[in-house]
Amino acid sequence: MADELVPRSDEFGLAKSDAAKVPITNHESSSLGKQLLGFWVTFKTMFKKVNTVQYPEVKEPTAERFHGRHQLNRHPDGLEKCIGCELCAWACPADAIYVEGADNKEGEQFSPGERYGKVYQINYLRCIFCGLCIEACPTRALTMTNEYELADDTRAKLIFEKDDLLGPLRAGMVPPPHPMYPNTDDGNYYRGEVTGSHPSQGIAKND
Amino acid sequence: MSNAELIGQDPGWVIALKGVIIFAACVFLTIMSVWGERRIVARMQQRSGPNRVGKFGLLQALVDGVKLALKEDLIPKTADRIVFVLAPIISTTACFMAFAVIPLTGEVNFFGHQTAMQLTDLSVGVLYVLAIASVGVYGIVLAGWSSGSTYPLLGGLRSSAQVISYEVAMGLSLVAVFIYSGSMSTSEIVAAQDRWWYAVILFPSFIIYAISMVGETNRAPFDLAEAEGELVGGFHTEYSSLKFALFFLSEYVNIIAVSALATTLFLGGYRALPGLGFTEQWLGGWFTLVWFFIKVLAFFFVFVWLRGTLPRLRYDQFMKFGWKVLIPFSLAWIMIVSILRVMSQRESSNFLVVAFIFSVALIYIGITSLTDRAKVKTAIASKVINSKEPDFPVPEIPNSRAEQLNG
Repeated sequence: MADELVPRSDEFGLAKSDAAKVPITNHESSSLGKQLLGFWVTFKTMFKKVNTVQYPEVKEPTAERFHGRHQLNRHPDGLEKCIGCELCAWACPADAIYVEGADNKEGEQFSPGERYGKVYQINYLRCIFCGLCIEACPTRALTMTNEYELADDTRAKLIFEKDDLLGPLRAGMVPPPHPMYPNTDDGNYYRGEVTGSHPSQGIAKND
Repeated sequence: MSNAELIGQDPGWVIALKGVIIFAACVFLTIMSVWGERRIVARMQQRSGPNRVGKFGLLQALVDGVKLALKEDLIPKTADRIVFVLAPIISTTACFMAFAVIPLTGEVNFFGHQTAMQLTDLSVGVLYVLAIASVGVYGIVLAGWSSGSTYPLLGGLRSSAQVISYEVAMGLSLVAVFIYSGSMSTSEIVAAQDRWWYAVILFPSFIIYAISMVGETNRAPFDLAEAEGELVGGFHTEYSSLKFALFFLSEYVNIIAVSALATTLFLGGYRALPGLGFTEQWLGGWFTLVWFFIKVLAFFFVFVWLRGTLPRLRYDQFMKFGWKVLIPFSLAWIMIVSILRVMSQRESSNFLVVAFIFSVALIYIGITSLTDRAKVKTAIASKVINSKEPDFPVPEIPNSRAEQLNG
């Protein structure tokens, strides 16, 4: 046990007994002139260009992989990728995500396969934007956008529902619920073999 | 006619009007200086500072004031209610009162009345300012005590200890000015500086005053009283809303007040810069007001510059500096100044003056070499302590390291 209590002796590459003998002198502060140099630094800085970004008028792009608001993605034919597995909710350290899954029914298919996320809520008062939910998601349904302007004035508005989180319908997508692409199963979807919608699925968005 | 006689003839309405104008000028200057400080410090840190409210953010301080006024005014349960309310009032009143004796202009035509822009000219004007500054300490210490909580109490104690210590150095630095001008009246001190500013002749006094006025106003780097890292907010931790605004106001009025006093005592007050004496007659004498405010704002800039540059001192270093450096130094300086003064009054021979200065220099060299020796001795002594290493593990000896750090 005594070994564990021995303090670190190689702090400066010196033995402990040597370290105690080395006088601590701050050579930078040795002369008054050098100390007064700081005043010149601040004075000089006054005439430099300021770094401030005038935020609401000027918006700088975030870093490419900035953790912003979440998004629920869609397959290329418009079906939702979320399968309501709740892994994101389990991964969340802040307990910010609430998911309720439900079965896809005949004529009421939201996602490929058996299940879809019926209720999907993220509470942005709790979310810490750590991205563990994104790592947990098995279908890459949940990703993060670069959107950071999430302030609001009531608590209720900061609980985002599924409608708020779902990604937009792009060209060629059919708004769910609609059946899966003919002659495919969920495996085809996950392997990326479905690249667009089929006319039998419904009227696709075309812009 | 001297300023005192001039002001003595003021009818009641002139006095009242002057009082109002000086008060309004103080408040206006405070609001502007809050804005100015934030802008300047921001630039020193390569930020732009408040620039939203009004042109260049000029109305920022005003809007902050409105915001403070609209906030909830809390009085803690454990607070002593009467003293708690009284403290900010004392603090603010004391700050404003110092301005009564500061001469802002020379002789001017004030709405058809010949007078000087100075509320009153006491024959002991500077003493009055020092006395009022001491009353201001009551505001701080009472605020700390009446809050009924620990951090304000500690902050209040620190603050009062600090202000009182630095007031001694401040008072001593002014003695040389009194000796040279032969008066304690602010207007006469200004008049006595018509040839040379005291900042030049009494340079050491000026430096001591400049340092102690920063300590006196609880400003960076001497703002230990509100050291956020240690004491939350210091004496005004429990204050909110308008009462806090009063403390805020008093801090800035105080800065302006000590700057105004420094201007009056060391920089020739409202008089123009050397070589620009002709400007004093512009606008019927009112132009001297511009000179006065230029000098005061120059001091204010130094305050801001200090804040932007220096880190906060540790409390014991600060006290050590005040009592062991500033006060002995100013005492010695007063001795030298008074001897030189007596010599010049008795018209002693130049030889005697030179001999005196030479002997002072000799004594100085002697003392410093002695202290250097003592330092070497303690350094050796601390090495001896270090060599005694116990054979069981111990943490590093803090004393020897601290000594090496502080000398």
